[in-house]
Amino acid sequence: MINYVLRRILAALPIAFIAITLCFIVMRAAPGGPFDRERPLPPAVMQNVLAHYNLDKPLWEQYWIYVSGVLQGDFGPSMTSYDFSVSQLLAIGLPFTLMLGMIAFVLATAVGIIAGIIAAVKQNQWPDYILVFAVMIGVIIPNFLMAALLQLGIGVHLGWLPAGGWPGFSIPHLIMPVLVLSWPHAARISRLMRGSMIEVLGTNYIRTAKSKGIGERLILARHAVKPALIPVVSYLGPGLSYLLTGSLVVEQVFGLPGIGRYFINAALNRDYGLVLGTTIFYVILILILNLLVDIVYAWIDPKVRYR
Amino acid sequence: MSDTVLDVKGLSVTFELHDREVRAVTDMNFSLKAGETLAVVGESGSGKSQAFLSIMGLLARNGRATGSAKLAGTELVGMNPRDLDEIRGRDIAMIFQDPMTSLNPYMRISEQMVEVLERHKRMKPAEALERARTMLETVRLPDAKRVIRAYPHELSGGQRQRVMIAMALLCEPKVLIADEPTTALDVTVQAQMLKLFEELTDTFDTALVMITHDLGVVAGLADQMMVMYAGRAVEKGNVDELFYSPRHPYTLGLLHSTPRVENKRGRLDPVAGLPPNLTHLPPGCAFNPRCAFKTDQCVKERPALIPRTDGRVTACFHDDAVKEKEKVA
Repeated sequence: MINYVLRRILAALPIAFIAITLCFIVMRAAPGGPFDRERPLPPAVMQNVLAHYNLDKPLWEQYWIYVSGVLQGDFGPSMTSYDFSVSQLLAIGLPFTLMLGMIAFVLATAVGIIAGIIAAVKQNQWPDYILVFAVMIGVIIPNFLMAALLQLGIGVHLGWLPAGGWPGFSIPHLIMPVLVLSWPHAARISRLMRGSMIEVLGTNYIRTAKSKGIGERLILARHAVKPALIPVVSYLGPGLSYLLTGSLVVEQVFGLPGIGRYFINAALNRDYGLVLGTTIFYVILILILNLLVDIVYAWIDPKVRYR
Repeated sequence: MSDTVLDVKGLSVTFELHDREVRAVTDMNFSLKAGETLAVVGESGSGKSQAFLSIMGLLARNGRATGSAKLAGTELVGMNPRDLDEIRGRDIAMIFQDPMTSLNPYMRISEQMVEVLERHKRMKPAEALERARTMLETVRLPDAKRVIRAYPHELSGGQRQRVMIAMALLCEPKVLIADEPTTALDVTVQAQMLKLFEELTDTFDTALVMITHDLGVVAGLADQMMVMYAGRAVEKGNVDELFYSPRHPYTLGLLHSTPRVENKRGRLDPVAGLPPNLTHLPPGCAFNPRCAFKTDQCVKERPALIPRTDGRVTACFHDDAVKEKEKVA
């Protein structure tokens, strides 16, 4: 098992490397640069600025400089937030983003799984219909619209919760952002769970379990949930990446101090260093999650044995 | 009559489809004493499995059973699932057709067996595990110690079916229902399995219902035999009587389509035609479109199950003609 994990980590390195390279190329292929303004800088100043950020060198050399920096843990300077390095900005914003993302992810996964089980057991009865409705809303309404609707309704008109901002750690300020972030994720997971649960409940081995008279609760908890989780588990990896992408927008809308606002500004202003740095963090996060997913597989399915 | 363990009267099973109702089983009657074996024979779709799934409370959501099925005096039809859970697995158990998919692939054999004993016998885990292992030895699994720790995919089909049998026998049920238990197995394993059933019903004095379409299975094992066609019993009686002198043309047809060594003609004689569609049964006797003895009467009215002199019941107007033909053959 340890051997397997180590090998998986080693295999993840080239993937991370490819991701960095692709990102680098895509960023540079986008038109414009960090210092292109409506009113151009004087040529001499421009020359100095470009030289400072190594942007006057050939592309392959810039790439070399960047990658060797990353390998030493240095993500270079930010090109829009002067006086800050990318590492410093990440250190400011990432903890908040990770906290928000993880709360939403864990909550949504748990809610989605439980709702899916209930809907499958009460198939075509009112709990099932409620879920179908909630899922539809979660999937149809984009997060920025949902965020705005909640801000307006609950935040402004009803005044039950603060409409945004971050005065330091505060649960009321987290409720709406977490709701907006987790809703679509919970919706997709519950739909997957409902489908696979219904499938499992129709199998021969569940019929055998019923014939043994062990009772509905044990049949669900011991016989049905584990196999039904398999498709859900495989969705968790991509699911987290959707959720984190959504988090960038949601932070912006609710005025939260995560990495989101830097990232959006950075992307709009071609802050090569910050976009790449953020992307690399996300790549690492998702690689770790996928590794966890594979380990969970082994726990669920005895036919999967890692060597 | 005190040792009658399973008494079924007027059992019917219907399925509600979106626009109509289908009768899978109509008016089934039989009674079974401890240690006795009943073979239920018929083609696919004749309702033989559904009748017994209904007794176990295992019908699909749209299925409904009416009539009566008493297990040692307790009415099972219409019982709510929670009360039924006290009984199934303990007093009545079932073995299914496909051992490859009937065990939970995500649980060890030990877990799947132990939970039965914990539920019905309130045993401690260690005690239950020991009992499960003993039972695996009773069904002649050679390395019970390895098997009990295994997952289903690590076992062969024959091993899995033995595990299923052991699991069903854990609480020494009064009635064991085996739904085509040998169909999915190799021929050599089939023979061993039948021998095992014979031994086990003796050892535990269990009444056995053997659902099958294979008359070869029936011959050595069963005491009574019930032949089903289109959801109804068409002939029922002592196995030897039915084998040596069938009175219903369908029983006759089944016998002729079973390979036998003494069959000198060397050719099989299958029942012509296809089993009927239960939603569009022919008028009169359901078997009439495939029957060589068919007359106008068969199309006009349905023959009732009538007791004959030798204790059997047969639903045919022309049983004497069938008897004559079998003599000639």
